[in-house]
Amino acid sequence: MSIASDLIAPADAAGDWAPAHVIATAVTAGKMSALGVTNAALARIAAYDGKLNSFTDVVAERARARAKDIDAAIAAGRKPGPLAGVPFAVKNLFDVKGLPTRAGSKINRGREHASRDATLIERMEAAGAVLVGALNMGEYAYDFTGENIHDGPSRNPHDLTRMTGGSSGGSGGAVAGGLVPISLGSDTNGSIRVPSSFCGLFGLKPTYGRLSRARSFPFVASFDHLGPLARSPLDLALAYDAMQGHDPDDAACVDRPLEPVTPLLGQDASGLRIAVADGYFAKNMFPEAQEAIARVAKALGITRKIEIPEAARARAAAYVISTCEGASLHLDRLRKQPNEFDPAVRDRLMAGAMVPAPLVDRAQKFRRWYREQVLELFKSVDVIIAPATPCVAPKLGQATFMLDGVELPVRANIGIHTQPISFIGLPVAVAPIPLDPMPIGVQIIAAPWREDIALRVAATLERLGTAAAPLPERK
Amino acid sequence: MATANPLDDYIDAVSQALGLRIEDAWKPAVRANLEVSLRLAKQFDEFPLPDEIEPASVYRV
Repeated sequence: MSIASDLIAPADAAGDWAPAHVIATAVTAGKMSALGVTNAALARIAAYDGKLNSFTDVVAERARARAKDIDAAIAAGRKPGPLAGVPFAVKNLFDVKGLPTRAGSKINRGREHASRDATLIERMEAAGAVLVGALNMGEYAYDFTGENIHDGPSRNPHDLTRMTGGSSGGSGGAVAGGLVPISLGSDTNGSIRVPSSFCGLFGLKPTYGRLSRARSFPFVASFDHLGPLARSPLDLALAYDAMQGHDPDDAACVDRPLEPVTPLLGQDASGLRIAVADGYFAKNMFPEAQEAIARVAKALGITRKIEIPEAARARAAAYVISTCEGASLHLDRLRKQPNEFDPAVRDRLMAGAMVPAPLVDRAQKFRRWYREQVLELFKSVDVIIAPATPCVAPKLGQATFMLDGVELPVRANIGIHTQPISFIGLPVAVAPIPLDPMPIGVQIIAAPWREDIALRVAATLERLGTAAAPLPERK
Repeated sequence: MATANPLDDYIDAVSQALGLRIEDAWKPAVRANLEVSLRLAKQFDEFPLPDEIEPASVYRV
């Protein structure tokens, strides 16, 4: 495996692959207009999304109006914000004013159109960003593939025959395909981290409760997180900082002071105590995942291994809580509109409704025990490195893969390394390792509320050349 | 008359209690998914925990 040759995005603000921080600097300085940047993004979507299928809605009129407001603010001498003129798009479970929040489903298209944007959209736009559309996703976020029976699959920009990963599939495809520099996704069991891995992107699943989920369509209230995907850690940090802050409209959103991470990204990883996850996390993966972990360990000089106790049981408990809470959420739709679901999702949810209640309670009690054990580990370590996915992106429609001579179902096994981590809400940055021909991600896991540390390590890996978002060849 | 798989009787009873209509064609997939959940649940069900442990979803006023 070799590192792809075209890793570094050109720092040309007018280029298709311009990072958000380069665009914002150019727009703020008056070297480019927000309207020009927005029109270029809309043109890319028109030109390339027919193959990628990452967008389900494009809000061109709204985006141009917003961009003109930013240009007018700059002309009037006002500060446009740290994301000035940066186009972004959101998984279609975020409320976008004027659109039905489809959440990847057919059923939700009959909902009333949203009367207000999701909190995180409002905060991104308050920082100067420009929403250009909503993105494809697996139905009701119960998915790791990025396939969608109603809208068709989102396709991996590095190989159109492969999955983007899910359920934030369009969020991965749109950024890796160069349509927008930042997208927002949701992550319940891995749905930001899996597409980041398969599409070769940096992704951030913040601590549970850090970012508001207000006015987004839920899946599993105990585990739902929202967060950004981007082609650089700095872009992730800018978006994350813009979105921080308490929101009384989300019952799980904590009231913590803002803790900006962007100013800290220049600090390297020296002095941090970093270990590679052993045991459960060292099993059930393909050579690509092993290679990615080995490269990160070598780059950071990691010699220590650490075992996260009872991770297999944690994954099992996350699975059961997900299926039961998901079933509870959709129970009335399962009663009234069972034929309008993706049959595979419907059958999983129907089964979730059948799980005896004491088992769900025991899963939540195990979760408390497991949290205490893992927090104990963080007394002696700052960062744990683990695979993000056991493999690179499988082929679209692929049902099984062979691992250690055993045929295993793809869908059920894509999230085996992400589920035990989101189960207790730890912050994770994914760093893409640009293997050839397909990238794969590693998880950089930190203690609760230490997104700064996870992003610092991601930025260090980028500076070392170990992590990078590879640019696909457009076809 | 009892069906061949005892889990099918359970699925029939719970779906009736919840007001869910499960067509015969869907039942094998529902059963297979339920079997996965019950198999996984066994992993933490058999794990000893102290009686005093609170669930993670503790409510605070």
